[in-house]
Amino acid sequence: MHGRIRTWGPGALVLLPTVLLLGYFVYGLIAWTFNTSLTDKHNARPLPTKHVGFENYVNLFGEDRFLNSLKNLGVLTVAFIVGTLIFGVLWALLLEKGVTGEGVFRSIFLFPMAVSMIASGVVWGWLLNPSQGDDARGLNRLFDLLHLNFLENPWWTAGSRWTTMASIALPAVWQLSGYIMALFLAGFRGIPPELREAARVDGASEFKLYRYVLFPQLSPIALSALIILGHMSLKLFDLIYAITGPNQFRTEVPSVYMWNTLLRSDMAKAAGIAIVLLAVVAVLVIPYVAYTVRQESEE
Amino acid sequence: MRGGLSKTFAVMGAVGLLAVSACGNSDDNSGGGGSSASKDVTVFTWWADGGEKAGLDGLVSTFNTECKDYKFVNSAVAGGAGSNAKQVLANDLAAKKPPSTFQAHAGAELGDYIKNGQVDDVSDLYKEFGLDQAFPKSLLDNLTVDGKIYSVPANVHRANVVWANPTVLKKAGLDATKAPASVDAWIADLEKLKAAGVKAPLATSKGFAQEMVMEVVLLAELGPDKFTGLWKGDTDPNGADVTAALTKYQKLLSFSNVDRDAVDWPDALGYVNKGQAGYTVMGDWVAAQQLADKVPDSAYTYWPAPGTAGDFQFLADSFTLPTGGQDPEGAKCWLKVVGSSEGQKAFNTKKGSIPARSDAVPTDYPKYQQSAMADWKSNKIVPSCAHGAACSLGQNDSILSAISQFSGKPDVGTLQKALAAAIKSS
Repeated sequence: MHGRIRTWGPGALVLLPTVLLLGYFVYGLIAWTFNTSLTDKHNARPLPTKHVGFENYVNLFGEDRFLNSLKNLGVLTVAFIVGTLIFGVLWALLLEKGVTGEGVFRSIFLFPMAVSMIASGVVWGWLLNPSQGDDARGLNRLFDLLHLNFLENPWWTAGSRWTTMASIALPAVWQLSGYIMALFLAGFRGIPPELREAARVDGASEFKLYRYVLFPQLSPIALSALIILGHMSLKLFDLIYAITGPNQFRTEVPSVYMWNTLLRSDMAKAAGIAIVLLAVVAVLVIPYVAYTVRQESEE
Repeated sequence: MRGGLSKTFAVMGAVGLLAVSACGNSDDNSGGGGSSASKDVTVFTWWADGGEKAGLDGLVSTFNTECKDYKFVNSAVAGGAGSNAKQVLANDLAAKKPPSTFQAHAGAELGDYIKNGQVDDVSDLYKEFGLDQAFPKSLLDNLTVDGKIYSVPANVHRANVVWANPTVLKKAGLDATKAPASVDAWIADLEKLKAAGVKAPLATSKGFAQEMVMEVVLLAELGPDKFTGLWKGDTDPNGADVTAALTKYQKLLSFSNVDRDAVDWPDALGYVNKGQAGYTVMGDWVAAQQLADKVPDSAYTYWPAPGTAGDFQFLADSFTLPTGGQDPEGAKCWLKVVGSSEGQKAFNTKKGSIPARSDAVPTDYPKYQQSAMADWKSNKIVPSCAHGAACSLGQNDSILSAISQFSGKPDVGTLQKALAAAIKSS
């Protein structure tokens, strides 16, 4: 027994602070939030609360505003992931083919990621001004000057859910495409040159080389990219808040709705929204974590 | 091995508890109000810069001469038009560590604090300081909840004001010196402006600015009594007269700028000043903004929103006496200063609002405020929902969401339903 402690004791000791902090501040508070979501604490009054079961959840899913925010979130996530993957992979391919001044381009594409979302949100809020024609400002003004008037549009302020939420996804795509590019570029670089040479010797065309030799090896990277983008999109708050401000029905997602609900001191409802959001993220992340753990243990 | 593991968990739990209780202890030691022996009066506001800070400083200098026994401690929280401050305050109140006094919009927004039992009745102070005589009767009615008053207003702003550009109005042959008699007449004028080539004659902006437009239409169409009753639950929000008013609001919105959801009220005011728009509806803090921006008096004009002449839609910042606050005597002295004519003068000449007292001397104030003070005395006083006099924070959240939905896809039925639901909620 004594010898055993020697083996695992120091490790446990080092881990202990992390386990304690995570246990309390993450899992403990998740449990606390979940518990709050089951109560009738709808105001800041110091009254005793009682448990009402899943009433808050039933109310949420019967509410236009919440369903609208969930639909907005779905559209945003699809637009954001598709857009980011397209640009990220495209840039990675272009750089991988070898360009002069690769370092410069890499920096340019990666740079937006260094800007905080709240700062870029403020600027994008100006760029996405819906005025058109002679009054046009922001991007619409640019289109106007370039005689591309057909591209002018009201952005997030009018139109279908796809128009409004795609306009919100645009800045996020701009911000994270560079990161996806870096992931894929690293992936391409990690493939041994022998494989390409072998494929070329066997007479594979450039398209076939990518389709059958290179891309299949990048599927773990594609999966990570998908998970990273997906959970970022689900939790996106600052960018949307900075562009549109609070209480914008058309662009409200659950995270923004949660904030608005908290400001009116409806703790139980806000906690309910937080738990729904956590569940949605968990659906995405937990299978991925399980998959990675299994992969690692197989190795 | 198993025993070792459960022991580890036991230790973890114990350490966790220690950490939590340690937090609690340190909190108590550094607590809010300071000790009662020091005679500190902590004043909680969101007036941290600009004219608001200058106004607060004015109040403080009066406080320092009037209440020599006490020491003013500034506890202002900046940002977000008070939304940050309200969060901080909610935490302090929940932890039962209230400041000596805190700022709140007079009226319904105070309602939550009253229901929570976090503020004391100050009706006795009104008698003691003679405030029941100094404030107009209709303001007192708006402040009274179940026969009690819970705060002392420091200032008054007017919400139902239209700011117009006379040069633009002249283009369409309109008389800029007086307001259209009704909402319908206003819509006719807007048509004329549009025909004269002004694309978006009514400038407005996101969120509460659109709510204010809706409110002035409701006020004009329903009249002051039914309008006030709407928020109190005495007027049926599903009624045909409300539907008619909201239909006119929809019409007004069709004359406004397409970027209304992307700009703030100073931008909308800018459209008027630059001649791109004829009118904007905004509270009378615009007057202070125009002075600060050095816009000449001749370049703009103002009147009560069409159909609301004789009604003064008010909002007011007020101070409270929190339940269980430290050293309530010091706080009472602060409230005395806030309600006094010296205090109101020191505050309002700097903040650009008007004093709540009816006995203030108009010549101490700039031009716009003089006319507002005359109206304050003679007009019927009605509350503003957008600024917390008639609606709680929660009601406003729901209404703002509905307004934004309406701006994108105008549907009177949906808006009216949402409005009715919001008024019923808390």
